[in-house]
Amino acid sequence: MKAAAVAIASLVALTALALLSPQWLVFMAMLMLAKGVVVLGLLVLMRTGLVSFGQGLYFGIGAYAAALLSHGLHVADAAVMLLAGAAAAALIAALLGLLLAGYRDIFFAMLSLAFSMILYGLLVKSAALGSTDGFNLHARTFFGVALAPGVERRVFLIAGAVFAVVVALLVHRLFRGHWGRLATGVRDNELRVSYLGASPYRAVYVNYLIAGAMAGLGGALAALAVGHVDPETTYWTTSGEFVFIAILGGTQSILAPFVAATIFEALRTVASQYAPNLWQMSLGLAMLAIIMFLPAGLWTLAERRRRSA
Amino acid sequence: MSAVLTAQGLHKSFGAVRAAADINLTFDPDTVVSLIGANGAGKTTFLNIVTGYLRPDSGHILFGERDIVGFSPRQITKLGISRSFQIPQLFNSLSVRENLLVAESIAATDDPQAATDEALTRFELAPYAAQKAGLVPEGIRKLLDVAMALSSRSKLLLLDEPTSGVSADEKVAIMDVVIGAARAARVTVIFVEHDMDIVARFAGRVVAFYDGGIIADGSPDTVLRAENVRRYVIGEEIPHAAA
Repeated sequence: MKAAAVAIASLVALTALALLSPQWLVFMAMLMLAKGVVVLGLLVLMRTGLVSFGQGLYFGIGAYAAALLSHGLHVADAAVMLLAGAAAAALIAALLGLLLAGYRDIFFAMLSLAFSMILYGLLVKSAALGSTDGFNLHARTFFGVALAPGVERRVFLIAGAVFAVVVALLVHRLFRGHWGRLATGVRDNELRVSYLGASPYRAVYVNYLIAGAMAGLGGALAALAVGHVDPETTYWTTSGEFVFIAILGGTQSILAPFVAATIFEALRTVASQYAPNLWQMSLGLAMLAIIMFLPAGLWTLAERRRRSA
Repeated sequence: MSAVLTAQGLHKSFGAVRAAADINLTFDPDTVVSLIGANGAGKTTFLNIVTGYLRPDSGHILFGERDIVGFSPRQITKLGISRSFQIPQLFNSLSVRENLLVAESIAATDDPQAATDEALTRFELAPYAAQKAGLVPEGIRKLLDVAMALSSRSKLLLLDEPTSGVSADEKVAIMDVVIGAARAARVTVIFVEHDMDIVARFAGRVVAFYDGGIIADGSPDTVLRAENVRRYVIGEEIPHAAA
């Protein structure tokens, strides 16, 4: 019930934000949601003890799927784009997952990184897809309803908020039930999982698929926000950013990725405004501080407050 | 009365080491059988072959009527053979209760919550239910390991040294709980054990292993008194040809 209350409050707040705030803030909120969804997917994967350094692969697939619909097929509906982004990513994850679910630890991390860099290489070489420059996309309707110029982003933010909240609630349900415990079981002791009669491979595969679909949804949302896609979406620094945000927030809460994504975007905006040549270093120092003082992420602060209250 | 488990002509070698040399054994329903033998005699190898962790070089394992050689541990577990481990294999970051809940949910019990509560009571784990499995005492970890193995679908329970690693005065109490639970669930038990007092007290039948083969098989009284068992398994000095 608490989850439902938080979900409704988030929806109301984001809707208010979408209707009332200036365009730049709407844009940032969309990016925050997009990254939050990707990182929440990463958290699903981390439940089984695996870190992917290649979620940019699915982020990029989601973004390009949405953009190609607009560019190649002249589909300009944002809802279709978001669903297509998630579906395209899920499809590829379903294939690559067959291989990746057999790997663990650093091997899993590096292999996922390798796949994302293969896509990057393909996109950079592909003149039809705009090579390193990428290309623009235009979304003008939402579920078939035409939108006046200027309000599109506001509507997309609300749509993104609905998608993100629904996904977050689903993940919340998943984590609380048998599947969440089983995933933790796979992380703790695969031998025992097998000797109880369940398949660790399948648990990893399904969680990988979920994480991939969520990254695709995030990618499509980001593409709608920016109105442009380029190979940077699948580059390793993008994947690294997701891991960064995951560590920043911690893994204890469904909300942590979204809070952390907001802080990350704010930090980056401020840092690049006031120290344009040093913004990466600023982020690095922030990460160092987190690892040294709050190794379980920013969510530790919330936990501490609750305990002392 | 048809056998629960039948081993026919099992052979397994690791290089020059014979871990199983023509093992033939039959286990009847609702019995408690102890496997004894010195380290390296082939007891754990036998358990590992039965549970599909190792594939025998030759021979058959029949579970009921079905030959299970070549099945994976997961498939064999699903058929109803479960095992505990010499070193408890738990989910350390989950609570004792959650550990059981995972086991009962995988076993597709109708009501995993109720089955878990029942197991907590039966194995006297209720006081520890909320604690993380990684932080409870070793004796509790051993019990939890067995409790997880003994889910509602188990027909045959294999215990690898259920009392190793716990103090001497805890052993009997642990075995009382374990064997009591197994009997209540009408499960056949095969346990590997080094403590002969425990064997004599809990086993209805004892099988003695030596060098990959079986040197004695029968009631505890006969087997534990047999000269070759005392020499090779228990390690007593037996004077030669005193007469």
